[in-house]
Amino acid sequence: MPQIFTPAANTVAKASIVGGFLLVASLLSSVFYLGSTSYVTRQQDVRPQPVPFSHRHHVNQLGIDCRYCHTSVEESNFAGLPQTKTCMSCHSMVWTDAPMLEPVRESYATGESLEWVRVHDLPDYVYFNHSIHVNKGIGCESCHGAVNEMALMFQENSLQMMWCLECHRNPEAHIRDRADIYKFESQPDYDPPADQLALGEQLVRSYKVNKIQLEDCSICHR
Amino acid sequence: MSQQVRTIQGGQEYTGPGVVGPEYDNTTVTEKISNLVLRKDTELSWFAGVAIGAFGGLILLVSVTYLVLIGTGIWGLNVPVGWGFAIINFVWWIGIGHAGTLISAILHLMQQSWRNSINRFAEAMTIFAVMCAGMFPLLHVGRPWLAYWLMPLPNTMALWPQWRSPLVWDVFAVSTYFTVSLIFWYMGMIPDLGTLRDRATNPYLRQLFGLLSMGWRGATSHWARYEKAYLILAGLSTPLVLSVHSVVSFDFAVSLVPGWHTTVFPPYFVAGAVYAGFAMVLTCTIPVRKYYGLEGLITIRHLENMAKVTLATGYIVIYGYAMEAFISWYSASPYEGFMMWNRMWSGPYWWSYWMLLFCNAFSIQFLWFKKLRRSPIFLWFLSLIVGVGMWLERFVIVVTSLARDYLPSSWDVYSGTVWDWSLYIGTIGFFIMMMFLFIRFLPIIPMSEMKMILPRSKKAE
Repeated sequence: MPQIFTPAANTVAKASIVGGFLLVASLLSSVFYLGSTSYVTRQQDVRPQPVPFSHRHHVNQLGIDCRYCHTSVEESNFAGLPQTKTCMSCHSMVWTDAPMLEPVRESYATGESLEWVRVHDLPDYVYFNHSIHVNKGIGCESCHGAVNEMALMFQENSLQMMWCLECHRNPEAHIRDRADIYKFESQPDYDPPADQLALGEQLVRSYKVNKIQLEDCSICHR
Repeated sequence: MSQQVRTIQGGQEYTGPGVVGPEYDNTTVTEKISNLVLRKDTELSWFAGVAIGAFGGLILLVSVTYLVLIGTGIWGLNVPVGWGFAIINFVWWIGIGHAGTLISAILHLMQQSWRNSINRFAEAMTIFAVMCAGMFPLLHVGRPWLAYWLMPLPNTMALWPQWRSPLVWDVFAVSTYFTVSLIFWYMGMIPDLGTLRDRATNPYLRQLFGLLSMGWRGATSHWARYEKAYLILAGLSTPLVLSVHSVVSFDFAVSLVPGWHTTVFPPYFVAGAVYAGFAMVLTCTIPVRKYYGLEGLITIRHLENMAKVTLATGYIVIYGYAMEAFISWYSASPYEGFMMWNRMWSGPYWWSYWMLLFCNAFSIQFLWFKKLRRSPIFLWFLSLIVGVGMWLERFVIVVTSLARDYLPSSWDVYSGTVWDWSLYIGTIGFFIMMMFLFIRFLPIIPMSEMKMILPRSKKAE
């Protein structure tokens, strides 16, 4: 009887032992890697908006406080988007003819809301609450990044659970004085503390942040 | 070569002192077993058998699809009975698998060479049974596509399995069990696959068996390594026989539900598993040996030995039942006492408890009679009763305790819905289909191991 396989089959068989392990390992690691890339998380991705609103201009150059537009951030789970009326409180007087602002004026005239595209969109099974974070010393910047530097809005962080937990397990590294919630590191009126961890530990105590509870499933998922 | 007629027709019961019938020698063993795989004519009844199994498999597919679309609400589960058919069937199937491992590992280490006739078959049964078992917890989690969360894999959620949960122990116990059983089964088959490669005439079949036999040449060095590896795997599997069902019993035993929180559970579950498993081996082998004329290879002596193991493990199970009842009285715990009284008499499921005792405690007493132990027909019917009994045992444990738990206001009566039953019947169909495919495409009795137990004098004659 002739041979069923050529001698090359021996090499293939031996290579397949190592190759099989490598294949599984590389598949697993590429799935994990892909899941944390900006392709999935949409970090740094500027999305088209009805009006190219610049946070840099309004915050850094004009000095408007976050809460002027995001009015409900201290009391509600939702920070709130401004009514057109809020925009028009200035823009009925400045840049009244700017073509860029035509959708704002049209919304004001017709009463139809501007439809902003949501940039920071968490899954529906996450019960995120803005008020508890800003009232317990987590600044806007800690999650949203240097919004005061963003000409157009984008998502700075991954918003993945492992990113949330990184702070929930170690809030000392991020907590700040309640007076500094709406300030940004790049602004002249805010100096990050020299020893964040020492301040953080003190603030976690005085704001009564219950660290054990921060890791409970039901803190975010109900 | 594959056109040869079957040299041994079978049909004759062998009752002599040897392990195999006198008609078998090195040549006829190989011819008989390899012809079951290599013959070109497939009888119509085989197709009928596969079709029946595949029809069950289709029911399984429909049930799983509907379950995934709608959710576990299609089952009869509700507060307070949150563990219904899914866990009953899981434990039932996992238990059935245990006979295969016991036969192949423990009986090998104990040098019970008669087990060579049935170990391949029993191991195949183990693997298919574990496949069926694994489906239930996976589907019960509700979102089976997220079941990989149970594995300690790196993920963007920074999540890690909850090691304090017995359900996570289950995942590791069962997946280890499946892996080791599969490797054991496959490795034991390599010499036989080499034989099939050499005997096949179809070039594609030769390549396929050649690939599967991994270059087996039957050299002395191959045998030396094979024997060593086989012994190591037998050693690895032996603790698994005890550990897997112990871990399964922890699902219940580490909880605080009366009727579950019992130290007798691990040994009682392991014995029940071996008991149910041997019954299932009898259920499968008796028709197959009859149909394919294998009476000389799987002899009456094999059946009798299996019946003895069934009787012995059955008595451990009876001891478990007795201890449950005794401790519920002896503990003087009102909850335990109520649970037992409710289970036996006052509850809505009292009939299942007495049916269970009929199947598992009463019916096996017939195995004390040698005549009945040596009657294939009787053993076959008895093995079916034992299969039903072991299903009822899990039903009694899971449902009676939960349906009457600590809070009387939430007491309820549980029963499976059409979808509970269809999934269960579907897995039985899947199991039947896999067994039929196994019978046709792989050597169901290890040819190489059979030759070790043939009477040596045969050659000298």
